[in-house]
Amino acid sequence: MSDSKIHDVLILGSGPAGLTAAIYTARASLDPLVLEGEPSSTGDQPGGQLMLTTEVENFPGFPNGIMGPELMIGFREQALRFGADVRTEKATRVDFTSRPFRVWVGDPAAPDPTYLAHSIIVSTGATALMLDLPNEQRLLGHGVSTCATCDGFFFREHDIAVVGGGDSALEEATFLTKFARSVTIIVRRDELRASKIMQDRALANPKINILWNTVVTDVIGDQTVEKLVTQNTQTGETSELIATGLFVAIGHRPNTSLFAGQLDLKDNGYLITHAPSTRTSIPGVFACGDVQDDTYRQAITAAGSGCAAAIDAERWLEANHESE
Amino acid sequence: MSENITNLTEATFDEVINASAEPVVVDFWAEWCGPCKMIAPVLEEIAAEQGDAVKITKLNVDENPAIAQRYGVMSIPTMLVFRNGEVDRKVVGAKGKAQLIEEFGL
Repeated sequence: MSDSKIHDVLILGSGPAGLTAAIYTARASLDPLVLEGEPSSTGDQPGGQLMLTTEVENFPGFPNGIMGPELMIGFREQALRFGADVRTEKATRVDFTSRPFRVWVGDPAAPDPTYLAHSIIVSTGATALMLDLPNEQRLLGHGVSTCATCDGFFFREHDIAVVGGGDSALEEATFLTKFARSVTIIVRRDELRASKIMQDRALANPKINILWNTVVTDVIGDQTVEKLVTQNTQTGETSELIATGLFVAIGHRPNTSLFAGQLDLKDNGYLITHAPSTRTSIPGVFACGDVQDDTYRQAITAAGSGCAAAIDAERWLEANHESE
Repeated sequence: MSENITNLTEATFDEVINASAEPVVVDFWAEWCGPCKMIAPVLEEIAAEQGDAVKITKLNVDENPAIAQRYGVMSIPTMLVFRNGEVDRKVVGAKGKAQLIEEFGL
C-alpha cells in the first residue's frame, strides 16, 4: 500500500479549498497528491459540503447559479487536467513531528506510513452537526435526512420540519417547499442568523412557517418519523409537532480530530493559521478552507484560501530546497 | 456505464432479484444526488473485484418511484442487499469501500 516516493505536496480533503490548492500546485509542477476522502453523507467526503447542497447562487462566474455537486465535479476535473493525483482515500493518522511528514491511510496502527510528503495542505473541512438524539440516529434514512437535495423528492406532500436559523437551514427549507406540503422551520432563538436575502425569500414563502424559541427534544416514530417533541426555550413547555420528515441544519464542526495534539487548535476546534498566510503551528503544514475558518465559511473564501495555501507551500518548498 | 453494473427498472426488477442465485445489491440513486455520484465508482470497483460472488445493480428512483416506495426508501443513496429474493441488509448513506463490503455482508 505504501509508496516510497516523497511527495512535494500532499493535500488532505477535496472541497473548494483542497481542489483549488491542487489546481495551483499542479500548475506549479509540484505533482500534488490529493487524498479526497471517502464517500459519506455528512459533509466529510470527496467534494466537501457542497456535495450535499442544492443550487449555489453566489459563486462568481455562474450568473444563473449552479448545483453544488456539479460545481465540485468541475473543480475536480480541473485539478485532474493539470495532473493532480486524486485518490479516494481518507487519512487515518498523521505524524507531523518530523520531516518528511507521514500520513497513514487504512490501519492507523500500521508501523509504516502510507505516504511521505515534504509539505502538507490541510483542507479537511467541516461536518454538519446533528441534534445528537438517540432516535434521530435510529431514524436516519427513515425520515431524518442529512441531505435535502438528495431526499427532498421523497417528501412530496408531506409536512416536514427543518431545524436551524442560518443560511443553510433557510436554503434547505425553501428548496424543500418544491416537494413538501408544509415546512416548519424550528429556530432556537427569536431571530434568524441567515442573510437578509434568504430570510426575505423564506418568510415570503406561503408553505413556510417558523416556530421561534423552540428546540427539538425527541423524534417519534416506529418505522419512519411521525412527529417531533419540541420544547419552548422561554417557557420550558413541551409540545408535539406532526412532521414526517426532519432536516437538520444547525451548523458544523471542523474535521480536526486527526490533528489534535500536533497542530494548534482554537478552543472551538478550528485550526489556527497565522494570517496573513495559511501557515499552521508547524512549518511546512498549511491549512485552508472551513477547517480553519470560523468566520466566513463560504465556497469562494475556501477556494481563495486554497489558492493562498498552494502559493505558501510552493514558496516554502523553494526556500527549504526540498522540492525535487 | 460499466458492464459490471446492471441498470434495473420497474419492468426488470422482480425478475432480476428473484432469479439471482448470488446476492444482489440494489443502489437506489438519482441524478441530483451528490453522494450517489461519489459512491458510483466505489460500487464499480466492488463489482469488478467481486466478480460472480455478487450482482451489483442500480435503480433510478426518479424513473422508478414505485420500487423505491415499495421498500420504504426515503433517503439516497440507499443500498438494499437481496439474498434469495428477500431484503437481507439495508445500507443508508454513502460510505467508503471497505465499510460497504462489510455492511453488504460480502
